[in-house]
Amino acid sequence: MELIFAQVLTGLANASTLFLVASGLSLIFGVTRIVNFAHGSFYMLGAFIGYSLMQFLPGMFGFWLSVLLAGLAVGLIGVIVEICVLRPVYKAPELFQLVATFGVILVIQDLALLTWGAEDLLGPRAPGLKGVVRILGEPIPQYDLAMIAITPMILLSLWYLITKTRVGVLVRAATQDREMVGALGVNQAWLFTGVFFLGSAMAGLGGAIQLPKGGADLLMDFNILAAIFVVVVIGGMGSLPGAYIAAVLISVLNVFGVAYLPESTLVLMFVVMAVVLMIRPYGLLGREEFAGEHGQVGEPERPIKPAGPQLRMFVAAMLVLLALVPVFGSNFHVVLTTDIIIFCLFAASLHFMLGLGGLVSFGHAAFFGGGAYVAALLVKFADTPMELALLLAPVGAGLAAFIIGWICMRLTGVYFAMLTLAFAQLLWSLVFQWGEVTGGDDGMVDIWPSPWLSDNTSYYYLTLIIGVGGILFLRHAAHSPFGYALRAARDSVKQAEATGIHTKQVQWLAFAFAGAMAGIAGGLFVFSKGSIFPTELEIGRSFDALIVVFLGGVKTLSGAVVGGASLEFIKDQLTRFEYWRLTLGVVIILVVILAPEGIVGTARKVSERFGWIRKSEDLQ
Amino acid sequence: MTRSTEAVLDVRNLSKTFGGLRAVDKVSFTVAKGELLALIGPNGAGKTTCFNMLMGQLKRTSGEVLFEGRDIANLPTRAIWRKGIGRTFQITATYPSMTVIENVQMALMSYHRRIYSLLPFATRLYRKEAMALLELVGMPEQADRHCAILAYGDLKRLELAIALSHDPALLLMDEPTAGMAPTERIKLMQLTADIVREKNISVLFTEHDMDVVFTHAHRVMVLNRGELIANGSVTDVRNDPKVQEVYLGGGTLFAEEAAGEHA
Repeated sequence: MELIFAQVLTGLANASTLFLVASGLSLIFGVTRIVNFAHGSFYMLGAFIGYSLMQFLPGMFGFWLSVLLAGLAVGLIGVIVEICVLRPVYKAPELFQLVATFGVILVIQDLALLTWGAEDLLGPRAPGLKGVVRILGEPIPQYDLAMIAITPMILLSLWYLITKTRVGVLVRAATQDREMVGALGVNQAWLFTGVFFLGSAMAGLGGAIQLPKGGADLLMDFNILAAIFVVVVIGGMGSLPGAYIAAVLISVLNVFGVAYLPESTLVLMFVVMAVVLMIRPYGLLGREEFAGEHGQVGEPERPIKPAGPQLRMFVAAMLVLLALVPVFGSNFHVVLTTDIIIFCLFAASLHFMLGLGGLVSFGHAAFFGGGAYVAALLVKFADTPMELALLLAPVGAGLAAFIIGWICMRLTGVYFAMLTLAFAQLLWSLVFQWGEVTGGDDGMVDIWPSPWLSDNTSYYYLTLIIGVGGILFLRHAAHSPFGYALRAARDSVKQAEATGIHTKQVQWLAFAFAGAMAGIAGGLFVFSKGSIFPTELEIGRSFDALIVVFLGGVKTLSGAVVGGASLEFIKDQLTRFEYWRLTLGVVIILVVILAPEGIVGTARKVSERFGWIRKSEDLQ
Repeated sequence: MTRSTEAVLDVRNLSKTFGGLRAVDKVSFTVAKGELLALIGPNGAGKTTCFNMLMGQLKRTSGEVLFEGRDIANLPTRAIWRKGIGRTFQITATYPSMTVIENVQMALMSYHRRIYSLLPFATRLYRKEAMALLELVGMPEQADRHCAILAYGDLKRLELAIALSHDPALLLMDEPTAGMAPTERIKLMQLTADIVREKNISVLFTEHDMDVVFTHAHRVMVLNRGELIANGSVTDVRNDPKVQEVYLGGGTLFAEEAAGEHA
């Protein structure tokens, strides 16, 4: 009993950081509709800046002043990011901004590395709160008690700010209807900036306040990212009390998880999220909303046409070039091109459901990695020949997508995205922790292709045929009745249902189809590398695909392929430098600002303006 | 005009309550074959609620909806559509990312149960049929334009073409002329009336423009606070004192105005 009580207290203390950071994210999303991937980076900056300040400011007063100043500083950094990076792209297609925030993550990572070095920093103990208190005989750190006391106060003052003040009224109004608030003469740009300041400051505060418990390191940003998204979603987007309840729920459960069921810790919060979303689709205290339907941002998508003779010629020429890579290129080029083709197929499969179906998945890596693991497991445990394993990879991935899709289809918008992420994490932790079968962190090795494909060149041709074939098939599917039905379901559910289209079923099948196509990419991947590790199922992998789809142009058919090829190529060039993340981040941000319609979309527009291709009627 | 007395749609005691509010209260009526039936009433009378129940977008609280003799009230919208009822919306709903003709082709593909096929090119399917429908509503020259840039009146006509694509026996039109210029309104309703006569289909429509109603409707029903207060020919309904009270507020408005002039 005493132990349980102590654990609840530890959980409550851990919840404060989580709540501080998550409430900032919730505010930012609620008002600006930006899915801010960089929020974890603000949290990390808060920790580092707080640490540095504490070196100068001694004593109890200095400690708490440092925490406050760190929050303030991060808030200002948030303002800089909002003004320089996000303002130029508010008019871009919905969710495009998340690409920009991804670029910000990379930039901040390298800047932090430059400034504070690669060493983990041990946080200073809080002066005056270094001891422990015995409660029911169990030792409880004084600092934990301080945090438990502080958090509800912060929640209350935030709540007061939001519900009782004029600023709060504006923020709430903007959460419900941005356009209306604009029409009433409120300067939206500064409202957004203000909210970004507040949200980022909360993250910075959270980072600094947890210093005595967790210190500061360069992995903090990604480590907290999934957790705060989960908290925001469980609590309900935009609900501060919801975020607090969710943070407590997750933290307390986590403490018990560590104590009684250590294998559960990686996945516990995602299980909780999945359960909550299945029972309450809009989170514990969230209200029904249709993310993604708050007014279409950007131009409507153009009609699509089957490829004309020019495009066919171009594709044929590219194919010839690709076929000649092993003849003229080095072994390195062959391997790089293999990687690029596989990645492009993976991205194209995501684009099929994201671009055509409007189904934003944050967990598409589940099916890429899933396909890869299906193939690897078949080879390892059933001595399956490569040819059959390659065939069964998409079947397995498609089946997984079929089941996961059935559950996720109950939700829409960001909630849908988060549920897909939850299932991807479930799969990842299953693979990660089921060591006897999957090899866990050590992965599975020695999964090589059949002898007739054992050298890189012949395997390259296999990849070329299957990969490019898959990409072209996906492109054709966009022009098929199924692709049209998928777009119809995205464009107008009302009209589609009123003309006999079962929209949820169409979307569900598209999800499964996209999963199967990602499975093909996964199968190709595992045999090209000869090994597979859980990293291929990670959030980062899903984000990679997401980023390139947006970067290439979500409203264009070739966006995913162009984006995928460009990003892989740039990555390959840049990773040779020491601070490649910084450079890549800046490149991504520049592309986002200069080409808000994505690479392909913007190239098309520019060509139309200069008369290189025929103008569409839209521009006349 | 060849109008038989055979009922295409038979609505019996249809009701819908939201909490304590009786939005639609025991409404009963029939729609005859080939009939253009108007459902009018002030804002909030329950017209759209009625429509949504007929088309399956809203669950009824009680009552029956018989279409060609069978109860359809518990079917989902898409199943009701397949039985032969089409609808247009008060606020147009089309697919802005497609061309005009593709919008119609989409409905045709659905009608022919082709939406799950992956192999053919969608643009080549049922193009001729789609073009015929566009000709019917008078916009064949706009077939290959981008739907997102159509004028509002054209969108309304496109919706009509889509709604006609499965050769429905009954068409539900929710304020077909809302938001259009007066001349456009007359044109669209004339077009609808012509199509109805030609194809011998029935139309149930709601409308606020009395010119449109009195010119084209064969019969008029008046809904007020969820209850049907009048049902008859245009002349009967026009002269019905209850209807006049609903629409003119019992004449007090005129009395006040008159009083004002004298003052």
